[in-house]
Amino acid sequence: MTIIGKNMVNSKKKVKILTGNHAAAYAFRHARVGVMSAYPITPQSPVVEKISEFIEKGKLKARFLLVESEHSAAAACCAASASGSRVGTATSAHGLMLMYELLPWASGTRLPIIINLATRSCGAPWSVWDDHSDFITIRDVGWIQFMCEDNQEIYDTNIQAFKISEDPRVNIPTIVAYDGYILSHTMMPIELENQEDIDTFLPPLNHHINLSDISQVKGVGPVTTPDIIKRKEGTAPGYYEFRYSLQKALENSINVIKEVHDEFAKKFGRAYGNGLFKTYKTDDADTIIFAMGSVSAQARTVIEKLREEGLKIGLVSLRLFRPFPIKYLREFFKGKKNIIVFDREIGYGYEGVLSYELKAALYGLKNPPFIKSFIVGLGGRDVKSEYIIEGVHKSLELAKKGDIIYKTEYFGLKLDELKDYDEQEFLKGGGK
Amino acid sequence: MNRNFSREVENNMVNVLEIVEDEYIHPGTRMCAGCAMSLIYRFALKALGPKTILTVPASCLTVLHGMQGFCTTKLSVLHTPFATTGASASGIVASLEEKGLADEICVVAFAGDGGTTDIGIQALSGAAERGTNFIYACYDNEAYMNTGVQRSGSTPLGAFTATTPGGKTRPKKNMPKILEAHGISYVATANGSYPLDLYEKFKKARDIKGTRYIHILSACPPGWGYDPKDTIRIGRLANDTGFWPLYEISNGKFALSQPSKKFLDPAKRKDIEQYLSAQKRFSNISKQDIETYRNYIRDQWNEIKRRLENQ
Repeated sequence: MTIIGKNMVNSKKKVKILTGNHAAAYAFRHARVGVMSAYPITPQSPVVEKISEFIEKGKLKARFLLVESEHSAAAACCAASASGSRVGTATSAHGLMLMYELLPWASGTRLPIIINLATRSCGAPWSVWDDHSDFITIRDVGWIQFMCEDNQEIYDTNIQAFKISEDPRVNIPTIVAYDGYILSHTMMPIELENQEDIDTFLPPLNHHINLSDISQVKGVGPVTTPDIIKRKEGTAPGYYEFRYSLQKALENSINVIKEVHDEFAKKFGRAYGNGLFKTYKTDDADTIIFAMGSVSAQARTVIEKLREEGLKIGLVSLRLFRPFPIKYLREFFKGKKNIIVFDREIGYGYEGVLSYELKAALYGLKNPPFIKSFIVGLGGRDVKSEYIIEGVHKSLELAKKGDIIYKTEYFGLKLDELKDYDEQEFLKGGGK
Repeated sequence: MNRNFSREVENNMVNVLEIVEDEYIHPGTRMCAGCAMSLIYRFALKALGPKTILTVPASCLTVLHGMQGFCTTKLSVLHTPFATTGASASGIVASLEEKGLADEICVVAFAGDGGTTDIGIQALSGAAERGTNFIYACYDNEAYMNTGVQRSGSTPLGAFTATTPGGKTRPKKNMPKILEAHGISYVATANGSYPLDLYEKFKKARDIKGTRYIHILSACPPGWGYDPKDTIRIGRLANDTGFWPLYEISNGKFALSQPSKKFLDPAKRKDIEQYLSAQKRFSNISKQDIETYRNYIRDQWNEIKRRLENQ
């Protein structure tokens, strides 16, 4: 977070010490969410518990559907959104997996729903701890995807997300993600804005569908054909045109995301880089660490130390994962020498997803930077500062030799400590 | 709560002249010739009236509702993925409640038997348990007809489908009973061959609060294997043989509906073989299965009799 203006803590603003989950809940309250529907899952549950408390105490006038599964939660969100309400929910890992069917449904219907995702690894085996593997699985369903780095960013991004998603130029649902436990259960001081100020920033929803206005008869989401339909009553696009429109809207949304971010920064005094990614000590840097969420936060702490070694190094913390800000990343990385990517997930059968997304984005640059990537912290394993430092050193050595290694490499794996484990074949990928 | 309560106990049938003339389905939908569901939907929407929002999962109804850009009903419809009907209706209701429109506008979910008894049962059970203020109607053509006649949990014993070429070996799931066990405010069965009874049930359900469930037997010429002109006759045989009794349960009180009342007397029932032999899907049914049907019908009516005597 960058503080714009003089006062970090404006005397009129309320500063509360909140977990990431409660920051999300406060954002929903201040955004005056009308309908929520959710199902409990660790580590997201405190979001919905807090919202239930707000409703119980009369602090939030909303309908909260406590349904019997995330699949139903997502379906109820779609229906409530199509009926004209401002809608949000929260989930994690398996919950998101169960919602999956409804995600392209929501984006295809162009419903401005907001999901908060406290990230968590996907089973099997069971793990309630953090990594980004749930977040990256939904990258192709047509949603806007943010990853936050601290609790203030969770609050601020949620408020922005409603405004972005509900913009008539966009009408696309948004997922606001933050690391499970690392942010979801960690308390930080955050500035909460006054309700009146949020109300001016985020006016009531004027929904483009709104089924509850029964004076307009609408068939929402019916069958489309491979070709367009032309009849004397009118012409209707086919599926292809619908999906083209979604893709165009996602591309166009980058401008709206920046616009809303800038407006927010101006009004409330907090900015997050250019709204798409945050930079740290990059002005003179030729070497950049590229990461998101908790991994960025960890990398931030070692930049100074690496600079003491004489390295011209900085950090790019990706905030907007979808739409992938290709144009801005290409612009930023033009002329940089080295990029070290740390992925807290694997695109199984390939490599870290952030890594290959970035490589694809920079395709065709003249004198492209040398890119090396590492997997870290799956299933909640610690991402240690020393991994980041070692990764940087290793990458720079390889870069010197011009040695592009495509093999996926890992930090924090403890194969050495498993020498007495009786399934050695399994540790090599076989057996079990 | 239910202003029709006394009328309903007497179970007086609505007069044909009382059916509203307004039509809510535009002409020229893509339903098969002789489809009972078209008739069911027509009468149900007449009973529900203009202040209604519909939600429909994947089913033959998706086909009825037509293509993008051309809504075939005069009521708004929200299409929703197969498993979600109960949740989708819950979402619409919640939005109406938020806006203070819930008393004015009726939310109605209309789904097939697969979407109700199989893939949609969880969302429906959840919605019913929450006492969601809506009507759920299941039109039951006893298989996945829209995808080419595959067996569902509602396919009856011995019926041929594309996935039970030797005939189904298990009986039909009793969905109304499952819904009744949720303690909801209204449960009814209906049959496309008795549109007046069906109309009355939808009209009654519209004025009740809470979860209302109506399960409608819907004869299907291509799926059941009979001439489209015989749809009404086949539906009537389901009633006259005592296989599909028409009843309603309002706040726990059970009442037989007019078309089925006389079949409390076993002598008045036609033999089930008349119903089975009229449909090609039962052409290879075994003698043993037919006997199972006879026992099932006997037990079903004994239970109805006990219920009526004991309440």
